[in-house]
Amino acid sequence: MTESVRPPESALRVADHPFLRGLDPSLIESLAEHAVERDFEPGEFVVRDGEIADGCYLVFHGKIALEVSAPDRGRLTIQTVGPGEVLGWSWLTPPYRWQVDARALKHVRAVRLDAEVLRRTFAEMPEAGYQFLLRLLPVIAQRLENTRIQLLDVHGV
Amino acid sequence: MASSAPAATAAAPHPYAPTPYRVLSRVSETADTVTITLAPARGAALGAHRPGQFNMVYAFGVGEVAVSISDDAVAPAPLVHTVRAVGQVTSALARAVPGQVLGVRGPYGRPWPIAGAHGKDVLVVGGGLGLAPLRPLLKELLAHRDRFGRIEIIYGARTPKDLLYYPQIQSWRQRSDWRVQVTVDAAGREWYGDVGLVTARLPDVRLEPARTVAFLCGPEIMMRNTARDLVDRGIPESAIWLSLERNMKCAIAQCGHCQFGPVFVCREGPVFAYTEIRRLLAVREV
Repeated sequence: MTESVRPPESALRVADHPFLRGLDPSLIESLAEHAVERDFEPGEFVVRDGEIADGCYLVFHGKIALEVSAPDRGRLTIQTVGPGEVLGWSWLTPPYRWQVDARALKHVRAVRLDAEVLRRTFAEMPEAGYQFLLRLLPVIAQRLENTRIQLLDVHGV
Repeated sequence: MASSAPAATAAAPHPYAPTPYRVLSRVSETADTVTITLAPARGAALGAHRPGQFNMVYAFGVGEVAVSISDDAVAPAPLVHTVRAVGQVTSALARAVPGQVLGVRGPYGRPWPIAGAHGKDVLVVGGGLGLAPLRPLLKELLAHRDRFGRIEIIYGARTPKDLLYYPQIQSWRQRSDWRVQVTVDAAGREWYGDVGLVTARLPDVRLEPARTVAFLCGPEIMMRNTARDLVDRGIPESAIWLSLERNMKCAIAQCGHCQFGPVFVCREGPVFAYTEIRRLLAVREV
């Protein structure tokens, strides 16, 4: 994994990511100030289950597999996350630990929004934080709905 | 007074009488699904079929089931059916070997309204075995590619091992005149494609909603959720078409086994406009 402080002229403009597009510019500015560009090679872990959830990843390029281990079934990919999507909300609530492994399937370029900065910014700018959560909650709800349908195993009946 | 002899009339075939077809080939698609190719064992072939229609296929001594026609061949060319072994009859059909004779009657049902998509963008969404009745549609889209705008295809299956027609899907994905997205519900590390529901791929679809026609076939919950999301994106309900699967027995709207509320799926369907069945899809246990 390579990590670099995001230069102002970076190709990965935080404000252009679909997840943040249209949000309060002052919120985006606060988050972008501490944002870090990250590159992950295929096979490399983006986050590991149980480790400290250090932030929220805005995916610009590549594909990430969310993996879990199942007895007798080995490692299973339960979802993939791609360009324009966001990875991670474990940073939002205690115990601030990842609940899943995320592994790059293709070369990934992403921007990590720092967890401490996110929480502090939301405390200082609750209105903007609420707007951010209104973006994040549908992502969580969608993944919950998808998981329910996957549990139904509709293709298997 | 002159008299004339009555004209000789051929007796109409009994509506339940199958036509004997011989198995030409059998291809395993997945662990429980096979594609069989059939040709008339003797005499005339069945009439021409359209994409989306189905036949009743009879394993002699076991029983008869409705099976979608899964290739675009026009009679008298061979018939192609993809069958998943889930019960006694489908298991018997899935075990059928080349040379074996099966009974076939049909074709039945309302086909995909392809002409209504001329000049428009087309979205095709299939789930699991639902790709079988969509395959003739896809072939027709390709055969007359210039009649349609942008074409997007999304296909979802349970796992990579459950993907139907995989070599064909691979070749379809190489084409530049349409886009094919494939996703599975879960996968091991050997899979580098997308994992998630077909609805998760919809945001990637680039179509003009107001001039898009969508064709869906797969598990009912998948079609319901897909149709809901497409309507949210601005695709008119009347431009969304679904193929339903029900327990068809007679296939001629006599027995009622396939009834979906007031609708006989074998006769009015299996292809329906979303506007025709949206309310019924929301009713529990219909």
